[in-house]
Amino acid sequence: MTLLEFRDLWVTYTGSRGRIPAVRGVDLSVGAGRIVGIAGESGCGKSTLAMAVLRLLPKSAEVSGEILLDGEDLLRMGWGRLRAVRWTGASIVFQGAMHSLNAVQRIGRQVAEPILVHERTTPAKAAARAEALLERVGLPSSRMRSYPHELSGGQRQRVMIAMALACDPELIIADEATTALDVMVQAQVLQLMTGLVKERGVGLVMISHDLSVLSAVCDTAVVMYAGRIVERGPAREVFADARHPYSAALGAAFPVIGDPASRGRPGGLAGDPPDPARLPEGCSFRPRCAVAVERCGEESPELLRVPGIGTVRSSACFVAQEGESVVFG
Amino acid sequence: MTSTVTSRSLRWARRRQSFARSWAAYRSQRAGMVGLVLLGAVVVLALAAPVLVDQSQLSVTQATGGRMAPPSAEFPLGTDETGRSILALTLWGSRLSLLIGLTATVVAILIGTTVGVTSGHVGGWYGWIALRISDWFMVLPSLVVAIALLAVLGRSMGTTVAVIALVSWPGTTRLVRAQTLTVQARPYLERARALGAGHWHQMTRHVLPNVLPLVLASATLLVPSAILMESSLAWLGLGDPGVVSWGSILNRASSSGAVSAHAWWYLLPPGLAILVVVLAFMMCGRALEAVFNPRLRGER
Amino acid sequence: MTESTPSEGDPAEGPEDATTANGPATRPSDLATPADGASTEAPSARRPAGRRGRVSSGFGRYVAKHVGGAAVSLLLVLFSSFFIFRLIAGDPIDQLTRERPVSPEERAAMRAELGLDEPMWRQFWDYITGTLTMDLGDSFQYRRPIFDLIVERLPATLLLSGTGMVLAVLLGFWIGARTGWRQGSRFDRGHVATGLVLYSAPTFWLGMIVILVFARYLGLFPVNGMRSPSTPPDFWSQAVDIGHHLVLPVLTYTAVVYAGYLMIMRSSILDELGGDYLTTARAKGLRDDEVRRRHAVPNALLPTVTLVFLALGSVVNGSIITETVFSWPGLGRLFVQSIFYPDRPVLQALFVLFSSSTILAVLCAEILYWFIDPRMRRSG
Repeated sequence: MTLLEFRDLWVTYTGSRGRIPAVRGVDLSVGAGRIVGIAGESGCGKSTLAMAVLRLLPKSAEVSGEILLDGEDLLRMGWGRLRAVRWTGASIVFQGAMHSLNAVQRIGRQVAEPILVHERTTPAKAAARAEALLERVGLPSSRMRSYPHELSGGQRQRVMIAMALACDPELIIADEATTALDVMVQAQVLQLMTGLVKERGVGLVMISHDLSVLSAVCDTAVVMYAGRIVERGPAREVFADARHPYSAALGAAFPVIGDPASRGRPGGLAGDPPDPARLPEGCSFRPRCAVAVERCGEESPELLRVPGIGTVRSSACFVAQEGESVVFG
Repeated sequence: MTSTVTSRSLRWARRRQSFARSWAAYRSQRAGMVGLVLLGAVVVLALAAPVLVDQSQLSVTQATGGRMAPPSAEFPLGTDETGRSILALTLWGSRLSLLIGLTATVVAILIGTTVGVTSGHVGGWYGWIALRISDWFMVLPSLVVAIALLAVLGRSMGTTVAVIALVSWPGTTRLVRAQTLTVQARPYLERARALGAGHWHQMTRHVLPNVLPLVLASATLLVPSAILMESSLAWLGLGDPGVVSWGSILNRASSSGAVSAHAWWYLLPPGLAILVVVLAFMMCGRALEAVFNPRLRGER
Repeated sequence: MTESTPSEGDPAEGPEDATTANGPATRPSDLATPADGASTEAPSARRPAGRRGRVSSGFGRYVAKHVGGAAVSLLLVLFSSFFIFRLIAGDPIDQLTRERPVSPEERAAMRAELGLDEPMWRQFWDYITGTLTMDLGDSFQYRRPIFDLIVERLPATLLLSGTGMVLAVLLGFWIGARTGWRQGSRFDRGHVATGLVLYSAPTFWLGMIVILVFARYLGLFPVNGMRSPSTPPDFWSQAVDIGHHLVLPVLTYTAVVYAGYLMIMRSSILDELGGDYLTTARAKGLRDDEVRRRHAVPNALLPTVTLVFLALGSVVNGSIITETVFSWPGLGRLFVQSIFYPDRPVLQALFVLFSSSTILAVLCAEILYWFIDPRMRRSG
């Protein structure tokens, strides 16, 4: 069952530098009980995508296309309906939990707040549920009366998760939810979230620039570059056997521990991410691409199925679509 | 020789450039421009007062009008209780009010900047004590201090200026001190120190030029409060008895019963003049602040 | 981030006592989840284990530091008042006896009566002890103890400036929060412009205009004073009468002062506008005004609450002028009356009173800050 579906989504910011496209025609769907990972450098439009789901983008952003949540188009909802869907239909675990929590309100109240907003219940009952939620994410009920600054980074991130669960949403979007945490805490938080997917059958969208995290927990992974999806496929395969030169470079930027070959390989990617206000002609990755052919400068490749592989893999690269290797050298 | 000349001309070119940039940023703010135009008009009127109205019109004995006469063709803004033209009084009053407001601000800025730069630069015990004293002054109710001092020092323009300057310097000190500490931490000052630059050189060549734009903005906001303070003191009867300022006109108005005589023409012109000048300075000051403090411009 | 102390850029209030006040309450859960303690941003959990009583000792140190500072400021006020009124001002006998000739013997007798024949250090000591024991001497103009005069007039001042200040703060914060929230809107620009114009008007002039319009032309309110002599003495008639007299002074006072609070609140809200926690609140499905009221305003209030206390100096300034315009029988009017008598003991006493009340208000602000900002308890 499809929970969330983006259909040809475009997001354009209008600022002092003119119109800047942040998301350019994204199609993506997330099913119940599935984990979809979105990878890419900062500025590639992945956070914009997350914010677009609940229409949290600033007024300067112009959104077109469709965002279907349970078959209902979010972009055509009235404000009342939208507020009702926020947090009950989909909730977000924000990045940087320190600033995403209200510094002068106790944790318990912040977790209970969405319950009180969306359901007819008493503050006492909401507080009891908040307490249960905190326990579910492994925080003692004494934390109800703490302020955010009294918690560690991992604890705060768990508060965010507890908060995201408050109204039993069908979909959770985790926007760089584990990025600021160290490895041990990261593992705990990831385990918690994957456990929730299994236990409650919710859909989870994980946004991260950390491929090792995504390949470990996601079913499907998409790689975004300059506002577009450039590759899609089963998570492990996308990162182990990339079919787009950008995903390949992204994967190479993270050395595989215990693999001596990865040490010698040229890591990282030359050049800077493209300026979204002045994207190059043709494929926007071409200026940084090592395997580019003449055609790449003329037309922009579509996201098409890559032939010759057993599983369903798609890539927006002419070279990969020919069935050739995109790994340079 | 040539090298110093070129470095100087380079510096001037850079300053001209940054001035042009600031001016462009200032010009984009409508309120600031309105304030500037208003101020210009008031200053021109104040400077031209002796040409427009003869000083003899201020004399009580040579007054020609009736007692508190309403506006007429001869006296467009009516007359006061001795028959003098309110228009003439208000025009001449502008000179004193502006003069005292500006002088007091200049004195306050000089004290404030000196104490601020030195306390930030030298630091240590001296810096600590300077900070404590400016804090102390900042907390005290300024009007109370001003009244107490004027009551014992006697009333004259000099004491008014001194007293207003005395109650307004601490704000500048804080601002300048904070800015000095910021500049102090920058690498080029470290380099200057490493090259053996003395305190004087560091303060005048490196710290001051960086602090001055902020000082300018804060000075523009100090002038209106100095003018308001002067008018309050003069209205209370603590102004120089020999001169006419907007506050002293209003002092005479209330002691001669202008309110109970319904003599609105006696009250409105000097009061509105204060309001307009103060407002104009505030508009300019806020615009300057926005130029030098980008956070306020909405570029977050 | 908000400033953690009212006085920024102050090395003396830096992080030197930042290690205080990690309550034992924060410990047990860290033991339950040891991995969190190693997290990159675990400010409180990483400090050395807190012993019992650290919360109170942190507060104790904080209070002691600020009380000490306030005590020094108060002493400075006493010093400076002695300096201004005894040393700069010269011999009070000259001013007391300006009108009539006195013989040297009479002069000496008066000096002895006022204690002026004592050595300077002795006079200073008497002055300090007198002030601290509320023995402020006698007023020249009323020939009564100054303490009694102050007690008599204090309620009138508190009534006027208290009402005015509460109204100004409420109005200023209420409008300021809304203008900041809708920065650049017509509502915002209109209110900022109105506030600035009123802020630019001299208080005394605005008072005169208010009297002219509302009392003289329209006759709606009394011209001045606090009560009419003809009012019956029972409580309710008196209260209504005083309330009636109170309207115009409070109106004037509030009109001039509220703009300052408006701008403070507005800029504080502007600081919060980009906050991620507001996005969280919106995502939770709160209405726009709920986001403002429940999340933005409480955060924006923190730095402003203390400013209310810090602005007490301007409150005193405003009440002196307002009381004088409206002949309100309070301390401010007494102060102004004493200038021209000249009643130097009263001036001196009120100078000390006004100055120390602002110093104490700042102290209150600092102590209050400890309680309202939960982050303070961590960073001291």
